[in-house]
Amino acid sequence: MAKGTKGVLTAVKKVRGGVKVDHRKNTADLEVVRIPTPAKVVIPMAMHIGAPCEPVVKVGDTVAVGQLIGDSDKFVSAPIHASVSGTVTAVGDVKLPNGMMSKAVTIESDGEMRLWEGIKPPVVETREDFIKAVRDSGLVGLGGAGFPTHVKLNFDPSKGIDTLVINAAECEPYITVDYRECIDNSWDILSAVYTIKEMLGFKKVVIAAEDNKPEAFRILKRIADDQADTDDEVKLMVLESKYPQGAEKMMVQSATGRKVPPGKLPADVGCVVMNVASVAFISRYLKTGKPLVSRSLTVDGSAIKEPKNVRVPIGTNIGDIIEFCGGFSKEPYKLITGGPMMGLAIVGTDLPILKQNNAILAFAEEDALLKTETDCIRCGRCAMACPLSLTPTNIVRAAKARDVDTMKRIGANVCMECGSCAYSCPAGKPLVQYMRLAKAILREESAKK
Amino acid sequence: MIDGKLLHVSASPHFRSKATTKSIMLDVIIALLPSLIASVVIFGLRALLVTIISVATCVLSEYVFRKLLKRSNTITDLSAVVTGLLLAFNMPSGIPLWMVAIGGVFAIVIVKQCFGGIGQNFVNPAIAGRIFMLLSFGKMMEWSEPMAGIMNITGVEAISGATPLAVMSSGEGLLPSLMDMFLGIRGGCLGETCIAAIILGGIYLVARKVIKPVIPLSYIGTVAVIMIIVKFTKGSDWSFVAYQLMSGGLFLGAVFMATDYTTSPITFTGKIIFGVGCGLLTCLIRLFGSLPEGVSYSIILMNVLCPLIERYTTPKPFGTPKKEKKEGEAKA
Repeated sequence: MAKGTKGVLTAVKKVRGGVKVDHRKNTADLEVVRIPTPAKVVIPMAMHIGAPCEPVVKVGDTVAVGQLIGDSDKFVSAPIHASVSGTVTAVGDVKLPNGMMSKAVTIESDGEMRLWEGIKPPVVETREDFIKAVRDSGLVGLGGAGFPTHVKLNFDPSKGIDTLVINAAECEPYITVDYRECIDNSWDILSAVYTIKEMLGFKKVVIAAEDNKPEAFRILKRIADDQADTDDEVKLMVLESKYPQGAEKMMVQSATGRKVPPGKLPADVGCVVMNVASVAFISRYLKTGKPLVSRSLTVDGSAIKEPKNVRVPIGTNIGDIIEFCGGFSKEPYKLITGGPMMGLAIVGTDLPILKQNNAILAFAEEDALLKTETDCIRCGRCAMACPLSLTPTNIVRAAKARDVDTMKRIGANVCMECGSCAYSCPAGKPLVQYMRLAKAILREESAKK
Repeated sequence: MIDGKLLHVSASPHFRSKATTKSIMLDVIIALLPSLIASVVIFGLRALLVTIISVATCVLSEYVFRKLLKRSNTITDLSAVVTGLLLAFNMPSGIPLWMVAIGGVFAIVIVKQCFGGIGQNFVNPAIAGRIFMLLSFGKMMEWSEPMAGIMNITGVEAISGATPLAVMSSGEGLLPSLMDMFLGIRGGCLGETCIAAIILGGIYLVARKVIKPVIPLSYIGTVAVIMIIVKFTKGSDWSFVAYQLMSGGLFLGAVFMATDYTTSPITFTGKIIFGVGCGLLTCLIRLFGSLPEGVSYSIILMNVLCPLIERYTTPKPFGTPKKEKKEGEAKA
């Protein structure tokens, strides 16, 4: 049952565990600035979770911003559009930030950023129209996971899905682009909230933000109090600033008290969770018909000269973006796409920005905070920090011994790799890495059967 | 790539808390300092000497043994210092120093390193060392008179006074006042007598989040409850309960020994079961056993049960359906 005053919802159930991490939201007051059009973009065909797209353009083609360049007939996939206007100079394999190879379309920019003439606002009258529009927009979860949004929204209406949770928690340190989205594009969020609610028939919308963002709060509260919300079905939820409040399962639990069972999705307990930037994008797409061709990023970290929030075309070289932020102030030791808790460390700057990247962080060696791994002292901090009630140290033991039964019994597969355990570990154990090892062993074993 | 050089990569998270094994052990050492100071005040400089010998042998034997086994040097994590301190706190001040050294070597080499070093020992090294010494040397049961002067460094002239528990169990001799019990002015092991200092250290550990107060509270709580029941059945004074709680090594054991990370469960329910189990065993030994004191034995017995307790108290992973089996049966 909804508690709290009108428009505001106090978390129905407090999240277990978690860690207090330094917020370091240094860029919170910096408006998002557009970077100069890059000379070249490399747009990979495998940015999202699901089937990679096939390029639909060939070398020598002239393309314009928003023109379809890659698509797939698979359901779990999202189309890809040109992010600059210019000429296709290469279609071939590139290395992605995660080390995988993917086909990619390289476009040399003509500097004009000419919009494709085919762009027009979609006609949306029915639920099917809406989901098709979301698919055509190429939208994937902008919070970091990169799951195609239309798949998430295409749930069976008879399944009793009643709650939409809009995630503005942004619990990772440094990242402030969702916060900026709330402040700079609040009208987009407002209109999208009510459109999605109406189109997909949600009974309740919960917008969740952490209590360390008072300004965003004021704005989101206005959305929740909007006159369109006559039955008080849109509420703002105040969350304690604690990592990982913004994780999907945690969000669902805070907003509704429901727990997503292991191996299940929020939809299985009647919820859909969407990132606030994804929501705002839907609103813009419905108005303009311009697909997902650019995104906002926080560029920060001790080795960045001028930390900024930037808006970049998808496929921009990370090196170009860092250059725009004044380059490196110290010799970089570690470069991360995404937040410091769940982000991906990358080997260098010569990599493209993907749809789901929300930050680039660069750290000098002295700030990279590496710990040498020593023996586990069984202090239990990992188990206390785990929001999913796991006992990471015991999973590590089982993984090292390839003890499949124990790993299954204590739920190694449930881990969402939030990193709270490894953050707290005094022995400096790379627990997330061990968790991935455990999951890989379990996958291997189940493949054998 | 910056100048063609590859950057450092590692699995997330890229942020780590500042706590290390060393910082935790340092906190424990700080928490033990009030007890050390109290023991010197109560039993003289001899107490300090015993402690120094114990810590030195623990650290040295860890260093030498790991060197012999060609393993990495671990003395800098300070865990051997903690073991040395706790071991010394479990000895009477008059103990011959060579016995102290043997106890230290046993605790570190046999109990800790032979099972794989830090985090791997299945019983608390300090307690195992103490029990080893109790079984080997009669001197472990010879108590020094408290407040015999700070300059008492030899310990040889120490008079064998009975501990309050021995007095209570035999009914002979005089009990110190409750205030003296709280301040530690009584016969006993170095670190166990001054309750005030132990509580101070315990509060520090809880405040620094090194331990959760679950085990100490459930342990001492269980002893209190049982002793209150005994008081009513025996019809004795309330002071009986107070003496039971403050004598022996109950506080030292509950705050510093039973909370040892390696040998206590990491789960919350597990910690409660562990503490209650320690309390029950302590009471059983005190009330029905032939020994006047049972804290060491209770803790070591519960140490051995720890893996079992943990296995049955590991929480279900987030969202696991509560009645999975029953539903399955209903469907079948």
